[in-house]
Amino acid sequence: MSDHEYHPKSRLGKWFNDRLPLLTLANHLSDYPTPKNLNYWWTFGGILTFCLITQIVTGVILGMHYVAHADLAFDSVEHIMRDVNYGWLIRYVHANGASMFFLAVYIHIFRALYYGSYKSPREMIWILGMIIYFLMMMAAFMGYVLPWGQMSFWGATVITNLFSAIPFVGESITNWLWGGYAVDNPTLTRFFSLHYLIPFLILGLVVLHIWALHIPGNNNPIGIDIKKPSKDTVPFHPYIVIKDMFALLIFLIIFAFFVFYAPNILGHSDNYIEANPLVTPAHIVPEWYLLPFYAILRSVPDKLFGVIAMFLSIFVLVILPWLDTSKVRSALFRPLYKQFYWFLIADVLILGYMGAMPAEGIYLLIARVATIYYFAHFLIILPILGKKEKTLDVPLNLTEPVLGGSQNTSMAKEVSTFKRN
Amino acid sequence: MSDSDKKKPNRRDFIITATATAGVVGVGAAVWPLVDQMNPDASVKALASTEVDVSNVKPGQSITVLWRGKPVFIKRRTKIEIDEARNVNIKELKHPETDEVRAKNPEWLVMVGICTHLGCVPLTDKGDYNGWFCPCHGSHYDTSGRIRKGPAPTNLEVPKYEFVNSNTIKIG
Repeated sequence: MSDHEYHPKSRLGKWFNDRLPLLTLANHLSDYPTPKNLNYWWTFGGILTFCLITQIVTGVILGMHYVAHADLAFDSVEHIMRDVNYGWLIRYVHANGASMFFLAVYIHIFRALYYGSYKSPREMIWILGMIIYFLMMMAAFMGYVLPWGQMSFWGATVITNLFSAIPFVGESITNWLWGGYAVDNPTLTRFFSLHYLIPFLILGLVVLHIWALHIPGNNNPIGIDIKKPSKDTVPFHPYIVIKDMFALLIFLIIFAFFVFYAPNILGHSDNYIEANPLVTPAHIVPEWYLLPFYAILRSVPDKLFGVIAMFLSIFVLVILPWLDTSKVRSALFRPLYKQFYWFLIADVLILGYMGAMPAEGIYLLIARVATIYYFAHFLIILPILGKKEKTLDVPLNLTEPVLGGSQNTSMAKEVSTFKRN
Repeated sequence: MSDSDKKKPNRRDFIITATATAGVVGVGAAVWPLVDQMNPDASVKALASTEVDVSNVKPGQSITVLWRGKPVFIKRRTKIEIDEARNVNIKELKHPETDEVRAKNPEWLVMVGICTHLGCVPLTDKGDYNGWFCPCHGSHYDTSGRIRKGPAPTNLEVPKYEFVNSNTIKIG
């Protein structure tokens, strides 16, 4: 945080700021010292903010035309697609926007994993992020139910039935969730209500996420603590703003490709069949972004333990700051962790693929191995690795690696001052 | 705080505890309607029973009816299917139940058509035991609707039902 006091220039600005210091906040955000070595993997925070706003804006508009009733929902979605002006565009942006949101959030999370952004003193940022991620999954799941197609209905049935695995009270809980004895109209209306609510909860948590970020400041690719503000930092505006905007532009090209050229490729064709409680589709699959968790659920032969394993797979992420015992943040200086990191990525991709395949034969076997490896990575490999791994020398500041061949003695002098400290 | 304060609760402690207790009870009472409104409502419960005319169901045939928003299988079993169901060693079953208990009238099997794993609708006359097969996660049920293979923990549920007359079954 910059330590200078902000004084608005105009009298009106001063009058306003004395009563509500929004201008001070804007100034803080604009001047916010940011490590100068942030790479493009750091632009996804901005991209995610854009995704959230897009989902809220398109969602509020869809809510003006959608009818949350079991008899009318499916037709109202078709009405949006065919009759409402630009309804097709708004719905496709919302539906593909969810996928883009998850694509961005996965990159954002895996960036944090690679550069150790979850480690002290940034645990709160990480935990808030995980709560946001969990809420995103809930919002996405409930949103997918709203069109009331076959995948909506049966996806809702399978996921809500997870709670029936709870001993003794399972059935009461599922009946309570459904508002009946099966997924039906009361389920649809409450999912609509909650689907509308959750994005605003996420918005609130995003504010906390950014607030928590602005206390220690950004991590950076080198993963060292830096002095702020200093030669190692640049102000957020214009440097990071422009970089984020450029990355967003590239991201929007991909987004637009899906919306305009392949709007249904990430969905399931069965969802264009109206929900029928008497016929289960031959093969129920969740949306792509939930597949790894679905694979974990199915790879456990017991119903209750399958559900527990699925929730634990998210919970191990929440406690990750305490599972990773290494003092060094960035994988750049952790030769072994770097390899295990890529193993984990491969493992999650394999789990995702297995989640889309039928749970039998070789697929089931691979899913089981991948599930065990997933938990081993967090519960066994990371705690041991932090203690055993021989890490590389970490530079003292961001300027040092650049100075190898530099003739600039004044900067070199500054480096030596840093070293003495 | 002195030692005597810690040992002996005074009047203020009593007031604080009493207020907090009343507060918790009050908040609980206020929250309960907000939670309970999500439970099945009166209109849902009003549809709790269904009468089905089964006069047109021939031996070997199965019909599916909707009861409480759930599919119910009504199967008129053939002699072979009944024998198959009754000649099973109960000890081998994951969820031991005799066919006599599940089908009081051996010809008629009435079950909720929802897989006990994660709620899909199993397919009739499919699977390794000629009964039902759930396509979602591969549970096999026998001709009595008992789980024989796959992840489902229990047999297909037999709802409360009765024959109102020889042609009509009342479910619920």
